[in-house]
Amino acid sequence: MSTAIEFNNISKLYRLGLVSTGTLSHDLKRWWTVNVRRREDPYMKIGEVNDRSSRGGSDYVWALKDIDFKVEQGDVVGIIGKNGAGKSTLLKILSRVTAPTTGSIRAKGRIGSLLEVGTGFHPEMTGRENIYMNGAILGMSKAEITRKLDEIIDFSGCERYIDTPVKRYSSGMMVRLGFAVAAHLDPEILVVDEVLAVGDAEFQKKAIGKMQDVSRGEGRTVLFVSHNMAAVRKLCRQGVVLDNGQMSYIGTAHDAVEKYMLDKNTYNSEVRTIVTPEMRDINRSLKVKFISIEHAKGDNTYAADEDIVLLIEVKSDKSVEHCRINCTIRTTDDLSICTNSSTKYFNIGQGESKRFRYTLHNPGLVVGNYLLSFSVGVGNAEEGETNFDVVTNATSINIDRPRKNEESYFLKWDTFSWGHILMENSLEELSSCDM
Amino acid sequence: MEREDNWTTVIQPKERLLHVDFAELWHYRDLCMLFVRRNITTQYKQTVLGPLWYIVQPVLTVLMYMVVFRGIANISTDGLPEPLFYMAGVCMWQYFSDCLGKTSSTFVDNASIFGKVYFPRMVMPIASVLSNLLRFGIQFALFLVIYAIYQIFVIPGQIHTNLYALLTPVLVLLLAMMALGFGVLFSSLTTKYRDLRLLLDFFVRLWMYATPVVWPMSTISNAKLHLAMSLNPLTPVVEAFKYGFLGAGEFSWGGLAYSAAFAVVLLAVGVVLFNRVQRTFMDTV
Repeated sequence: MSTAIEFNNISKLYRLGLVSTGTLSHDLKRWWTVNVRRREDPYMKIGEVNDRSSRGGSDYVWALKDIDFKVEQGDVVGIIGKNGAGKSTLLKILSRVTAPTTGSIRAKGRIGSLLEVGTGFHPEMTGRENIYMNGAILGMSKAEITRKLDEIIDFSGCERYIDTPVKRYSSGMMVRLGFAVAAHLDPEILVVDEVLAVGDAEFQKKAIGKMQDVSRGEGRTVLFVSHNMAAVRKLCRQGVVLDNGQMSYIGTAHDAVEKYMLDKNTYNSEVRTIVTPEMRDINRSLKVKFISIEHAKGDNTYAADEDIVLLIEVKSDKSVEHCRINCTIRTTDDLSICTNSSTKYFNIGQGESKRFRYTLHNPGLVVGNYLLSFSVGVGNAEEGETNFDVVTNATSINIDRPRKNEESYFLKWDTFSWGHILMENSLEELSSCDM
Repeated sequence: MEREDNWTTVIQPKERLLHVDFAELWHYRDLCMLFVRRNITTQYKQTVLGPLWYIVQPVLTVLMYMVVFRGIANISTDGLPEPLFYMAGVCMWQYFSDCLGKTSSTFVDNASIFGKVYFPRMVMPIASVLSNLLRFGIQFALFLVIYAIYQIFVIPGQIHTNLYALLTPVLVLLLAMMALGFGVLFSSLTTKYRDLRLLLDFFVRLWMYATPVVWPMSTISNAKLHLAMSLNPLTPVVEAFKYGFLGAGEFSWGGLAYSAAFAVVLLAVGVVLFNRVQRTFMDTV
């Protein structure tokens, strides 16, 4: 296979704050240093790593810094990362909306970008006119659109409204129409930003299917940015994780998602977790709250058939009766697997602290990392429940060995199609008279 | 290592200064025509008079000029019927100022679409200039109607139309080139610092008074002032138009050549600068 796109040390410097009088003096200084004195740009040196939440000393940040990787032809690459990690900037550079500050991108073939669905739609024009408009903006010729028009209308499922101005469309219909046009583009390289987040389930399925066809069937290269981890896993073969404008991971999509989710959830493998205010859900009464959560065995690795034993400390503000503790196990891509609600209730007095040993029977989790969330509260599904404190992804467990006799199964376990639990079972042959 | 020439798309921080990709622009000609259609069809959607506004505006303008410049200020119309004289000026000037107005705000107006997808940015101002041709066409037709009324019924045979009237397409082209050149130059300069934008309206109004729209060149007796007005590249164009159709005005090939040279240089500078700015304007607009 050959390389389809090559990112060579792409960096992008942004100036923060408003463009105003101060900007001119910076521009003049910059121009003076670079063009007259032939020195390096003074503001490039002081650019800081792009961390959205902390306040930096410099007005300049690197939205992207030294992004360097290659994409094979026919590959589908998922780009993931937090808000502000630089994903959109990277796609913008790739789709030539803006130029990089340093570095270069080289690609083979046309790049079609889809940073938004329905770019250039004019509300006063009909669906049909907008198909032409949008198609042309995305780089198709009029003849090309005419040839594909029926297919596009059919794909969008908006045939009935096609001669109505799009301002009468529902937002979902607009998206369908926009995506239908984009799906019929045929550049060799397709760049897609989270456009699948909208539209109903049926359409999302259709859209994902179309993208799969594009990459598998037609051998085209796709770069896909999304927060939908399931979609990234399903669609992509390769994954790139961006963090504060830098590439923090590159590998298979599965590993990249895993890595990202662990990072995002401030992956906590500590044996004992002291619950801090940031970890709690907001807007909870905290009548009873978690103080600490601890793995009783002294580390967080378990075998698939090993019980998970936790030591939990709670403290109360008011006296409460009939309390229970819940634990939910999630995969690293935020998929809930199972929940346990303690069957035993406890009472707690005002200002009292209590410690519990909380044993969860392992449901047969397959090898991998899992995140545990806890809540404490009263009531049940019938009577309605109230949670006093919820701590999401408080700790993690790492299932590192399969159950005995099931090693071979685990070797090729495919979580995407098979899930995360290997059920226990028995299969008995019945003699004919038993039936 | 792959050979360099295998890469069909190379994205890098800076292109060569004079690198303007005309082939690419040509590739997007369909898009340009679609923008033209869009500009035209959506302009007067949901208005009662619709395209009639194309006629109402110039008619009101001409009436106003007749009252203010002829009636009150008593400025000469070169011995021509007032409506005809003013209509000729309005027709030409309006096209120029419409194009300039539209193209000078290219980046600011289209930031949302430019921010999402790449196509040669030049497509937008070119489409503006082309779509304004329709409006010009309607106003020009109105001018011809007024002309015909005067030529046939009111003062038969007293308007000395000559062959220079055939130059009209060239004159319009010159106007378009200058408006486009000036507009893209302007829009490139104002992506970051919008100060100039605030000056534009004022500047365009001044420019109109420096152009023989509401007054003829022949009223200027002061030689220095005459020369100064001749330096305005629009002057020869507007005067040539009036001379061709109405037989009154100053026509000189030298003046037209000056305008043409001016238009070419302006357009070239505008396009080069625009081309440079378009690559990163999204960061500053």
